[in-house]
Amino acid sequence: MQFWIIQGLNSLSLGGLLFLLSSGFSLIFGLMRLANLTHGAFFMLGTYFGAIALRDYSGLNLWVTAIGAGIIVAALGGLFERLVLTRLKTNPLGQVLVTLGMAFIISDACLVLWGGDSIPVPTPHNLQAPTRLFGFVFPTYRLVLVAIAIATAIGLYILIDRTRLGAMIRAGVDDRQMARAVGIPVSRLFTIVFCLGAGIAGAAGVLGGPILSAYPGLDADMLPLALIVVILGGIGSLFGAFIGSFIIGFIYTFGTVLFPELAYIILFLPMIFVIAFRPQGLFGRLGT
Amino acid sequence: MTISRRQFVVSALAGAGAASLASPNLSFAQGSGPVRVGLLAAKTGPLASGGIDMELALTMFLKDRDHTLGGRKVELIVADTAGVPATARTKAQELVEKNNVHCIIGPLAAFEALAIIDYLTEKQIPTLGVSAAEDMTQRHPSPWYVRLTSTSAQCAYPLAEYSFKELKYKKIVTIADDFAYGHEMCAGFQRVFEDNGGKIIQKIFTPLATPDYGSYVAQVKTDADAIFLGTAGSNGFRFLRQFIEYGLKDKIAVIGGMTALDESVLRNMGDEALGIITTSWYSATLDNPLNKVFAPEFRKQFKYDPGYYAASTYLSGEVLEGALKTIKANAEDKKALMAAIRGNNVDTIRGPIKFDEFGNVIGNVYIRKVTRTDGRLVNSVIKTYPDVSQFWTYNKTEFLKNPVYSRDYPPAKNLEL
Repeated sequence: MQFWIIQGLNSLSLGGLLFLLSSGFSLIFGLMRLANLTHGAFFMLGTYFGAIALRDYSGLNLWVTAIGAGIIVAALGGLFERLVLTRLKTNPLGQVLVTLGMAFIISDACLVLWGGDSIPVPTPHNLQAPTRLFGFVFPTYRLVLVAIAIATAIGLYILIDRTRLGAMIRAGVDDRQMARAVGIPVSRLFTIVFCLGAGIAGAAGVLGGPILSAYPGLDADMLPLALIVVILGGIGSLFGAFIGSFIIGFIYTFGTVLFPELAYIILFLPMIFVIAFRPQGLFGRLGT
Repeated sequence: MTISRRQFVVSALAGAGAASLASPNLSFAQGSGPVRVGLLAAKTGPLASGGIDMELALTMFLKDRDHTLGGRKVELIVADTAGVPATARTKAQELVEKNNVHCIIGPLAAFEALAIIDYLTEKQIPTLGVSAAEDMTQRHPSPWYVRLTSTSAQCAYPLAEYSFKELKYKKIVTIADDFAYGHEMCAGFQRVFEDNGGKIIQKIFTPLATPDYGSYVAQVKTDADAIFLGTAGSNGFRFLRQFIEYGLKDKIAVIGGMTALDESVLRNMGDEALGIITTSWYSATLDNPLNKVFAPEFRKQFKYDPGYYAASTYLSGEVLEGALKTIKANAEDKKALMAAIRGNNVDTIRGPIKFDEFGNVIGNVYIRKVTRTDGRLVNSVIKTYPDVSQFWTYNKTEFLKNPVYSRDYPPAKNLEL
């Protein structure tokens, strides 16, 4: 029983982390039809900023650092979108290749700047003691992470569903041409959404830090997970990304525990089935 | 014509012996120019941390000797393998055919070494290896390859015995990365620990790229006395942090293999590492005259303690220097150079070492405990196992009849389900 509860909580916390990682990816993918392969690198950049800032400045705390890293990464993302991606508007394959190239550049830059050692991101002091529930222990920070993921999901839901900006984004996702025709500045919207997506990834990088640590290769570890979540959940659907994150969280956790040799097969099989039989994903808004 | 590798080694050694007897007056019959040494190190990619240390230490070694070993200038050519076997192969080829190196040091990862060893054997390039794959010096040795560090399991043997006999552990869980290095190390640990009377009750192997260790940590059987970390690079460190977050450190002791709490990992850790016992062929705190020069100097230049990787190439430099002295720096005679390397009996920063007939090192292995000294975490030596062989105390012939260590060999009979 305890086994199922602990691993269930593990699944939830991994799901929360995956949602923080993939919601930005989903936003960008949905609106811009762009598989932003730099996303993992943005996440890693956030983790490194967090690790370095918290190591070198003792006054900072994790939450402030997460917001700061989010803003910096959002700004970098915005620059990248404005300076590079807009020029390739008519060349989707070129865009994907550029994002891949950018991912390599960022990961090598991190290596040059911060070396190859893994750098820890400390867990906030007041969350270091494990939580004791019904005679078993569970890391408090992981529980907090789930709460943050849910709060982020609600925040994004309000943004997308209840605000004017959200309405414009939804319009852009559903029919880009028509949105342009009715006067929505789709181009500027692209930049805003790209900044937002990159920023969430950057902040998520810091928040994931206490579990993951900053290390070379973190980007490559995280990117496939974001892809799986978004493809499973459905392109352009935040709700899909939310549900997809927790589904993958459960599949990954129980897969590694119950069938460790098959962990990756179990992880990728659902994605293959979804692509084969339901290309728009579980909750996708797009026909293909 | 086929000559078995063993025969070849023996005849090469004999030939070199005869040559050194006959040639004291021909000492500078060498080619012109410096001795060219190639270093294969992963300076980019996930293994970069170790690769960079390898270059720093070897460069420092040569600089301290004014780039002169055995009376002849030495030129170092560094090639970046990026931790990718195919790249390692290309770079090895470049070093041999373009740079005309006389010998090669490295590479670090077993999969890199395996990708190039046949080529280097064919080209007859003396190679001073630091990677750990068991069979490179066991069932498939190369006459042109020596290993100066340790096989995957060589350092795990003493710790397994120490755990049972001195720490009185009876039940241990092992965890390691799911690739040959982790399999071999845990297999060796298990073999000695169980032969002593202990039980390995759980073996966990995690994929090399494991972002979140939570689900593995939560599986660890808490009735074990200790958990053995057979990890490399940042994985052990990340596992350990989750291990603590789940409140397990108070219940189960942590012990580790030769890379788990390497100095390169330790410098990014905090008090959570204190008291952890690991095993290795080196420690930055080793109290011998050569290391008393090396470690402080490395620390002074680069602001951190040298560990496995830095020590491995510095050690290679020492062995190479010894060999070049023996053959009067006539590196063009590769057979003599290889024989001199293998016949070496030098004092090094890890203590005295020699090689067995397979080209693998026999040397001290140290049991170390993490303590805080001068404000930083160090691996303090608490026990020395002298002259540890890759076969431990087992009969060599019997040992080699068994299959190479793997995930499933030797079979774990005491797993608790």
